[in-house]
Amino acid sequence: MTDKHTKTQLLVLGGGPGGYPAAFLAADLGREVTLVDAKPNPGGICLFEGCIPSKTLLHVAKLLNETADASKMGLTFQRPVLDLEQLRSFKNGVVGRLTGGLGTLKSKRKINFVRGHGTIASPHTLVVERQDGGRETIEFEQLIIATGSSPTRLPFIDYTSPHVWDSTAALELREIPPRLLVIGGGYIGMEMGTVYAALGAQVTVVESLGSIIAAADPDLVVPVFQAARKRFRDVLVDTKVTEVTPQSDGMHVKLLGLDLDEPTRVFDKILVSVGRRPNSQGIGLENTAVEVDAQGFIRTDHQRRTAEPHIFAIGDVAGEPMLAHKASYEGRVAAEVIAGKPAAYDPKCIPAVVFTDPELAWVGLTETEARNRNVPFKIAAFPWSAAGRATSLDRNDGLTKMIVDPNNELILGIGIVGVGAGELIAEGALAIEMGCTITDLRMTVHAHPTLSETVMESAEVYHGHSAHYIPRR
Amino acid sequence: MAVVFKLPDLGENIESAQVVSIVAAVGDYVAAEQTLIEVETDKAVTDVPSPIAGRLLEIAVSVGDKLSVGDIIARIDESAGGDQAAAEPGATPAAETAPPAEPAATDSEAGSPAGRHGGESGAPRAGDTDADADTAQPPSASGERSWSEQVVVAPPASDRAVPAAPSVRKFAREIGVDISQVTGSGPAGRISIDDVKAFSRHTPAGAARGAARKALPDFSKWGEIERQSMSNVRRKTALQMESGWQAPHVTLHDKADVTALEQFRQQFKAQVEQAGGKLTITSMLLRVVASALRKFPELNCSIDMAQQEIIYKKYVNVGVAADTPRGLLVPVILNADQKTVTQLSVELTEMAARARAGKLSLEEMTGGTFTLTNLGGIGIGHFTPIINDPEVAILGVGRGNYEPVYVDGQWQPRLMMPLSLSFDHRIVDGAGGARFLRWIVAAIEQPLLLAMEG
Repeated sequence: MTDKHTKTQLLVLGGGPGGYPAAFLAADLGREVTLVDAKPNPGGICLFEGCIPSKTLLHVAKLLNETADASKMGLTFQRPVLDLEQLRSFKNGVVGRLTGGLGTLKSKRKINFVRGHGTIASPHTLVVERQDGGRETIEFEQLIIATGSSPTRLPFIDYTSPHVWDSTAALELREIPPRLLVIGGGYIGMEMGTVYAALGAQVTVVESLGSIIAAADPDLVVPVFQAARKRFRDVLVDTKVTEVTPQSDGMHVKLLGLDLDEPTRVFDKILVSVGRRPNSQGIGLENTAVEVDAQGFIRTDHQRRTAEPHIFAIGDVAGEPMLAHKASYEGRVAAEVIAGKPAAYDPKCIPAVVFTDPELAWVGLTETEARNRNVPFKIAAFPWSAAGRATSLDRNDGLTKMIVDPNNELILGIGIVGVGAGELIAEGALAIEMGCTITDLRMTVHAHPTLSETVMESAEVYHGHSAHYIPRR
Repeated sequence: MAVVFKLPDLGENIESAQVVSIVAAVGDYVAAEQTLIEVETDKAVTDVPSPIAGRLLEIAVSVGDKLSVGDIIARIDESAGGDQAAAEPGATPAAETAPPAEPAATDSEAGSPAGRHGGESGAPRAGDTDADADTAQPPSASGERSWSEQVVVAPPASDRAVPAAPSVRKFAREIGVDISQVTGSGPAGRISIDDVKAFSRHTPAGAARGAARKALPDFSKWGEIERQSMSNVRRKTALQMESGWQAPHVTLHDKADVTALEQFRQQFKAQVEQAGGKLTITSMLLRVVASALRKFPELNCSIDMAQQEIIYKKYVNVGVAADTPRGLLVPVILNADQKTVTQLSVELTEMAARARAGKLSLEEMTGGTFTLTNLGGIGIGHFTPIINDPEVAILGVGRGNYEPVYVDGQWQPRLMMPLSLSFDHRIVDGAGGARFLRWIVAAIEQPLLLAMEG
């Protein structure tokens, strides 16, 4: 194959939820854009092997759990029959529809899509090893690096083993292992544990920290923890995996923790979900002046400009939180800056959602953060045991909580656990961005009977007169 | 270590500067105080010297760029200097990579920095073999500098959580207001767009960006248009006239018989020229006006409406408007009432020359108490000058013409010079302004009056 040499105004390296919105907006703003990604269409990890397929499977898990729990409402279902192949193809269909849609949107914007692996060769050139075997050197005026992140690997685990999965492998849904070990009780581990437990696996989660989903406030984690203990075989916190040995009857895993009745357990599959690392290695950053911090994140300014003024970095590779919606926002900022607009990355908060059952979501300051940073705060919480809508759903396992600045009543943070928390948290994000006070939330009429009323009622709790709940004094 | 050098504070009230030339070249070893670039500030061209010695890694600006205080000008490798001065970086350089503070500009001519001629102070150059070529480019650029089109906006000045909606924050960013400086009028100090506008109106930087102005129609509907950014002088003049216009103006017109004065001028021209100045009607008028201002202190004051007070100045500094290639500049002759006509002529000649060369410092254009403006050279008679805020009056001088004047029972050709006095009616009434102007006319016609009264 001959080498091809092309030129572009803006090159976007990586077509995930950071890269494609950046490319799309830049094209809409009149830039000539080339997007480089290894996948057949834009979408990245999020659409191909992350958020979207996992949420598809979590929806199935929810159906399974709800039907199983329905007998006390007088509704008993037959034991569901799982057609794994059909489920896999349904999930792949969802992914295909969304990424295919992005492919069309990309083409309509006349974005030049180059499929392959790109490496920055100089401050103004990128070399792509194309999927079709060709090699292409692209000269660019500006570059947005959106290479995302990859699962962190544990040194003592043999990743070549077919019994060891990362999140990508788990989402492929090859089989339902009878005994699944999930190493890491963060959001990926808890979500995939939820999926496989619902599909029939005996799931054990091992978390080295003192709590699952350690970034969230402990009181919000409790209902998730309780549900997991009910549905999983075991949830072991303060526990470490020290050794993994493959044997004929399965993977023998040595655990180190307090009060473990069996320090060695046997599993059929192991899912390692101990975090993600920025993909800043192997993309040719050394051929530029772009700087990387100790964690491997590319250093950027508030406009997502790197140390090279014409190179930008967004998304997971540019820093925490490694969330798709943060990447998208950064992508739009970078595209606007490149188009000459005075944009800056200045959101006051980034919501986080864990799609377990119940869901856990928070935005802004957590209570723990407020305490650790000595920020003055006051808490107002409304338990879902007092919420009519939650009771009608038979889902009282929830809590809505406000973290408020006592000096001026501004909302600093909101945390919600319960069914649909991921949808409810949007109101919290809006409240914080708009500079709402707790009075504003209290005086905004919320529809009855909905779970969103818990936001209004927690605001009433703040002022000490919730109709449905009298807090203990 | 690379030190990021930002545009330092260039003096009182200077908000921005335009790069007129880049003196040092990337790769140069520069000495402390060696000129890196020249910028045109509000009405003056100023050198921007390097704060430290070292090797110039990057010049982050191009000719034509508009800079604000705090914008990154250059990166200098301090460790490469080897100069004693490097040990004292001074107050201005900030050894941080914080981005610039204000919109950097978008001029298309930004391509090749013009007028590079490094090594003025004999500092050694890197790789001395190729002294005049572009030996080095900024580390990132391959000749093109399209990234300079990006609008660099200020990072928030503090981490303080600002209660303002995203749309309000965006608006503030767009008009160059640091939202963390704005006081919100809403509950819990929430900031509205109106708060940002109000803040912007009360800061010159905001006003300069034309916040909250009436939207212009789309002129291109009616034909071809071309948009050009204002030069600093134009911008400053526009703002100055706008603020001056707020004073309720009265303009009085009169004529002075300068026949004798012109004879005097012809007589002493050569003498003043020997002293190094040019004896002009303006320089002679300067002396008359200075005396008049001493006699009529209400024309030599400013108004403080906020305090409801009048500020009388016990000094007489007269600005003289000069038409220069850069635009309208007003050098100020200090203590004009204490100088002879010869001294005033010399000083005015010298200042006018420097004004035209763009070499006046900002200090030389501030502190005026009254302004003289002469359009006679272009052939204009009477006109209505606009007060140079915060002064309260301005005298416009027109073209002198021979006119028939009835003197001592007969018509005589007399050289008559039109004078137009605009004054601020808040402090000067019509009668007071008239007496002032009449006194000037009388003093021109009867120079002895100066000795008697002035």
